[in-house]
Amino acid sequence: MSVELIGYGAFFLTIALTYAIMCLGLNVQWGQTGLFNVGVAGFVAIGAYVSAILTTPDSPGHLGGFGLPIVIGWLGGTVAAAVVSFLIGALTIRLRADYLAIATFGAAVVVQLCALNLEPVTGGPFGIGFIPRPFSNLAGEPLAFSLLNLGVLVLVVAGVYLALERLVRSPWGRVLRAIREDETAALALGKNAVKFRLQAFAIGGGIMGLAGAVHAHFIGFVAPDNYVPILTFQVWAMLIVGGSGNNRGAILGAVLVWGVWTASAAAISVLFPPEHQARAAALQIVMIGVALCAVLLLRPRGMLGEVRVVSRHVAMPTTNQEIANARKT
Amino acid sequence: MIAQALMDGLIAGAMIGLGAIGITLTYSILRFANFAHGELISWGAYLALALSGGLGYLSSNLTSSIGPFSFGWSLPLAAILAIMLTGVLALVSDALLFGRLRAKGGSVIIMVMASFGAALTLRSLLEFTFTTKPAYYTNALQIAMPLGGGMRATPDQLLALGLSAIMVVAIHLLLTRTAIGRSMRAVSENQQLSGIVGIDVRKVIRTVWLLGAGLACVAGIMAGLLVQIRPHMGHDLLLPLFAAAILGGIGSVPGAMLAGLIVGLSESLAVQFIGAEWRAAVAFVILVAVLLIHPKGLFGRVA
Repeated sequence: MSVELIGYGAFFLTIALTYAIMCLGLNVQWGQTGLFNVGVAGFVAIGAYVSAILTTPDSPGHLGGFGLPIVIGWLGGTVAAAVVSFLIGALTIRLRADYLAIATFGAAVVVQLCALNLEPVTGGPFGIGFIPRPFSNLAGEPLAFSLLNLGVLVLVVAGVYLALERLVRSPWGRVLRAIREDETAALALGKNAVKFRLQAFAIGGGIMGLAGAVHAHFIGFVAPDNYVPILTFQVWAMLIVGGSGNNRGAILGAVLVWGVWTASAAAISVLFPPEHQARAAALQIVMIGVALCAVLLLRPRGMLGEVRVVSRHVAMPTTNQEIANARKT
Repeated sequence: MIAQALMDGLIAGAMIGLGAIGITLTYSILRFANFAHGELISWGAYLALALSGGLGYLSSNLTSSIGPFSFGWSLPLAAILAIMLTGVLALVSDALLFGRLRAKGGSVIIMVMASFGAALTLRSLLEFTFTTKPAYYTNALQIAMPLGGGMRATPDQLLALGLSAIMVVAIHLLLTRTAIGRSMRAVSENQQLSGIVGIDVRKVIRTVWLLGAGLACVAGIMAGLLVQIRPHMGHDLLLPLFAAAILGGIGSVPGAMLAGLIVGLSESLAVQFIGAEWRAAVAFVILVAVLLIHPKGLFGRVA
């Protein structure tokens, strides 16, 4: 019993941490830079499909069969998603803020269409199976297998987190926040706002691609149905609830919202008879939608708000309490 | 075949145009891209479905077809009520969500995000109430009449085209010839300044919501009558709507209608020559082309 429980806990955390990576990517775009991406699912899908095509063994159903190592697949997925983000960003970032939202929304629709219809490349509606899973030689021992996979995810999340924390505190991160807060002032100081925004958008998109690749290798297949708009919505809810602008908030929000999501799914499968479950699942989305709007209205900072960072070399008050104390003195 | 594709495109374009007028008005006056506009279309269609079903239950006379059309008097009556109720829905969402964010001085992008959350909530509520099974206003079959030149259209389709044309002219006259229209244009130019010169900005915002929701409801009822009613119908129209609003130029009513027709025609030609499975990509291609070549759109003032 306890073995099963640990196994389930590891599985739950592994999935939650793949969402945490997406959330960290979105945090670079939205939290740090204020770029609104409504096509998260599309960028995640690009990473997942590219990695799947690079690493799967030869198969007649779709392009690929390169059989490359998993790490190469992850890198390929990251780079591909970053390139696509760069192109979308280059098209819209110099225009009005919400044109980017509309363009990313469209990009996600087109990625979904390509996944469905470009059968020679993506395998069409059935997707691509037999994606190599890390430690697949241990598949006979479920506990060791799931714990090792969890370990890999923890390492990836920690790596992305540390890299982003360093970026946020670097001069580059300061310029991003300066542009977000007061673009005119940043421009007057000679910072090219469009260039910095574009870089942040591409980095964020690349991280989403990495998340998609990692997720695909953990579950072992990709299919168009995995990357529907509801995924975008979940990632947004995670970031807003956790606290946008805060990388720890992004990870916390991912685990928390995924926990609420799976718990409510379990509750629905217990409370509703099978014929009404599809209907009741719609209520799950209503609940998350209302929660998102409520957080925007009532607590826009989320659970962990943004940490004020000036430079690594200057000690700054970080919590609200400290800021209040600093103002008093 | 091409003549028929043009006819189909024209009809689809008229529906896109009506929705795009609502988007372009809210965009230019409330100043944010409303991702929940598609849900007003779906809600309008379902409200009319429920009301017309209720009216038909009260009196079976109302369900017998009017003249050459496939529906009885219950549908036009229900449509009038549904337009009002969709307007109420838009006002309620403004009072609960968008208005409060506006009052807090939230940035544009927070409004966009809130509209995104509202869209999912509204759509899922429809899914919960009506399930995802497609619904229809009537089960009557209509024979398409030949119009000459190889074109065919059903009486319902011709009615939809005629109604769209009348509504576009009416909205255009409302904006250019009436006091409230002048106030709306003033608020879209500069909200603070128009407040200072005594324009009731809140009344203008209410009017914009009512107009946008009413047009969305009409577009939804037409789409439901000519195709089918599904909870996702509005969401699937959202990308064509945005493409049309931006192609037409934000704030321009004739631009939105013309661009809606262009998007509809391109979609139906793409179905003819490339394949129906790529239909949804057409709007994106148009959007990218406009943003690349001429971000102001056909009749827009600012990008």
